[in-house]
Amino acid sequence: MANQKTEEYPVIWLQGATCTGCSVSVLNSVSPTVKNVLVDEVIPGRHVNLRFQATVMAGAGELVIKALEDTWKAKKGGYILVMEGAIPTKGDGAYGSLGEDEEGKPVSIASRVEMLGRDALAVIALGTCASWGGIPAAKPNPSACVSVSQLFRAKSIATPLINIPGCPPHPDWFVGTVASVLLQGLPKDGELDELNRPKAFYGQLIHENCPRRAYYDEQKFAKKLSDPGCLYELGCKGPVTHADCAVRMWNNGVNWCVACGGLCIGCAAPGFPDLVSPIYEKTPDVILPNIGQRVVQ
Amino acid sequence: MGKIIIDPLTRIEGHLKVEATVENGKVKEARSSGTLFRGFEIILKDRDPRDANRITQRICGVCPTSHSTASALCLDSAFGLGASIPDNGRLIRNLILGAAHIADHILHFYHLTALDYVDVTKVAKYEGNNAELNSVKDFIQRGELGPFVPRYEGDYRFPAEVDQELVGHYIEALRMRRKAQEMCAIFGGKMPHNMSIVPGGVTEVPTIDKIASFLWRLNEIKTFIDQVYLPDVLAAAGVYSDYFEIGAGCRNLLSYGGYELDGKDPDLTKRKRLFKQGTVSADLKLGALDISAITEDVKHSWYDDSTSGLKPTQGETIPKEGKNGAYSWIKSPRYNGDVYEVGPLARIMATYLAGDEKVKAMVDPALAKFKASPDVMFSVLGRHLARAVSCKVVADTMPNWLLELKPGEPVYQEYDIPEESTGVGLVDAARGALAHFIEIKDKRIANYQCVVPSTWNMSPRDDKGQPGPLEQALTGTTIKDEENPFEIVRIVRSFDPCLACAVHLITPKGRTLGEYRVA
Repeated sequence: MANQKTEEYPVIWLQGATCTGCSVSVLNSVSPTVKNVLVDEVIPGRHVNLRFQATVMAGAGELVIKALEDTWKAKKGGYILVMEGAIPTKGDGAYGSLGEDEEGKPVSIASRVEMLGRDALAVIALGTCASWGGIPAAKPNPSACVSVSQLFRAKSIATPLINIPGCPPHPDWFVGTVASVLLQGLPKDGELDELNRPKAFYGQLIHENCPRRAYYDEQKFAKKLSDPGCLYELGCKGPVTHADCAVRMWNNGVNWCVACGGLCIGCAAPGFPDLVSPIYEKTPDVILPNIGQRVVQ
Repeated sequence: MGKIIIDPLTRIEGHLKVEATVENGKVKEARSSGTLFRGFEIILKDRDPRDANRITQRICGVCPTSHSTASALCLDSAFGLGASIPDNGRLIRNLILGAAHIADHILHFYHLTALDYVDVTKVAKYEGNNAELNSVKDFIQRGELGPFVPRYEGDYRFPAEVDQELVGHYIEALRMRRKAQEMCAIFGGKMPHNMSIVPGGVTEVPTIDKIASFLWRLNEIKTFIDQVYLPDVLAAAGVYSDYFEIGAGCRNLLSYGGYELDGKDPDLTKRKRLFKQGTVSADLKLGALDISAITEDVKHSWYDDSTSGLKPTQGETIPKEGKNGAYSWIKSPRYNGDVYEVGPLARIMATYLAGDEKVKAMVDPALAKFKASPDVMFSVLGRHLARAVSCKVVADTMPNWLLELKPGEPVYQEYDIPEESTGVGLVDAARGALAHFIEIKDKRIANYQCVVPSTWNMSPRDDKGQPGPLEQALTGTTIKDEENPFEIVRIVRSFDPCLACAVHLITPKGRTLGEYRVA
């Protein structure tokens, strides 16, 4: 029997300047599975009611634009907006539009995010593009892409914003954040860092928990890709990237970037890719708090 | 005369708008428009060439592995590594790419396509003991049916018990595609966006535990492909058999092939590959591939007209949003000036016509079942069938590659970045022919370009006015119910469009494509 008391949490998931990798990553969630998230009560008595998500939704065209607009009208202050991708601002929608208005004019993604963002209960900026701008906003930023927080600042929107960076973000970071909102409401003081990231997932640097850290401390550096050893001199950005990949691992825990010898490219870091490029060159020496301070006997 | 506008066209990758003008119940004219522009090739300019291998993956999170493969082949050739990738590196690249293709094909059939044919709401009447289906029944009874409703209503033809079974397969397929992505990560580090495929080979080394972990996921998926995916495609073909007659399109196919079976020829067009390259004509003749025959028109795309008709690496292209007569960010690639479709249909037909026994042994009985000739493969169902066959061929071949791996042997070849060089990488992505081109100057990227599958398939009209493959596939189609134009979305989705890939910008001043070393 269906539970009559199920509380529904409407979710609108918009995609801007994205590669859809964030969506694909969330499909890779293991426990709960994405089916659990969409169909089941992901928290007992609470159900994620995905009203709009262009990659999976059955409908298309006007039907789904109406579903989106109806949710906005009926659930003001009560829906969660998930924004995947950066927001192109050049040319008033010419570089990114979604659906049409009543006069048949394309509606810019930026105006959709503005309208839906203003009236949402909370906004989750999913992935590096939505959180920081990411690759679409990399030099020379041909479509004038901005992050959600940049758009909100420009439009004086004060809706609570949670950034879940990563290219892509780990499914646990997203599902965990959603579950947290369902369980206990908006993040409490101290749960997010100064860049609106949940500390639970982004509280430490990759480097702090890296399984190759012992090599770093011993100054044993890999000389070429595929070698054992610390990958710092080949360009690893673990010392400047906040995320828990090293302990969480990826894709059901089978591997992750540094473990496969591929180094951390700083995909979750603000300023990715420009500030962490060239990828395969050593990061310029920076002061790394509590990192690399070998104990001198 | 009515106009059907579908924006957004969902359950694809990216931002696509389709317009169909309907006259006397038939599509008279169709337009395919990409509605998002990012400009990857502008962003790549002046960067370290190696970074292209990571950045181009982010063109598309659905098919990043194909981009990393094309990019690695492109950089291999630019760095002079074409003949020196260690066998382990070549095999692991094949395994990562193969796992990604399997994940993609399963995702496409069940999660991007099936809801056009399968009525989820029929699970409301499910009476059995399957826990998954009962949870869907509970979900339906709660009454909030997003994301499965709203949808087009009407033409769902399966009996309830088949719909119910297929919804079960939809859920099982979520698990299968996830496991296939785990296979990618075993050798690729993570998915989407692997870290392991690099110029020179791969970074991950083969070990016995990884091989076993990969193999047993693969075995489970192979069983799924044989016992669920292929039978479901055939079941759909039985009930929706009119779709062998719908959506034929341009009837010219182009394949780059893929999966290197030996890596010792510096010219990648001469290497032995699992899937064959070439062109396939309407009368099913296989032609040799000549990449210098590719040009790109922009008369109907939002780019400056002065750049139209050039080979991808020539000239300069300038975005011109709002240009008169233009309606898409997608360009119009053409082969010898003609319209060509790319995708699993192209690679399977090219491989079939090259006489590959294994592919023939799969395609022929399926067609015999429907008393059909290979010609019906130019259709909505032909594309789905070819995709399933492509998935099975790769899955069945992968155990061989796993067993060829030699733990302890190298996976990677070192190199120096040349001051100046050019390179090209060609591979069939899950959704079709993908080409990357690079020009290096002063050890930096002077020019990087991608000609990707959906640029071909979703292209707008060219300078001669010839509609693109999707536009041609839609034209002439009878629309039974203009409020619920199933025919349109079924045709569009049979191409497995990927718009993030399709919309890109060709940037300044390269050499002619013919001058690129295919190595």
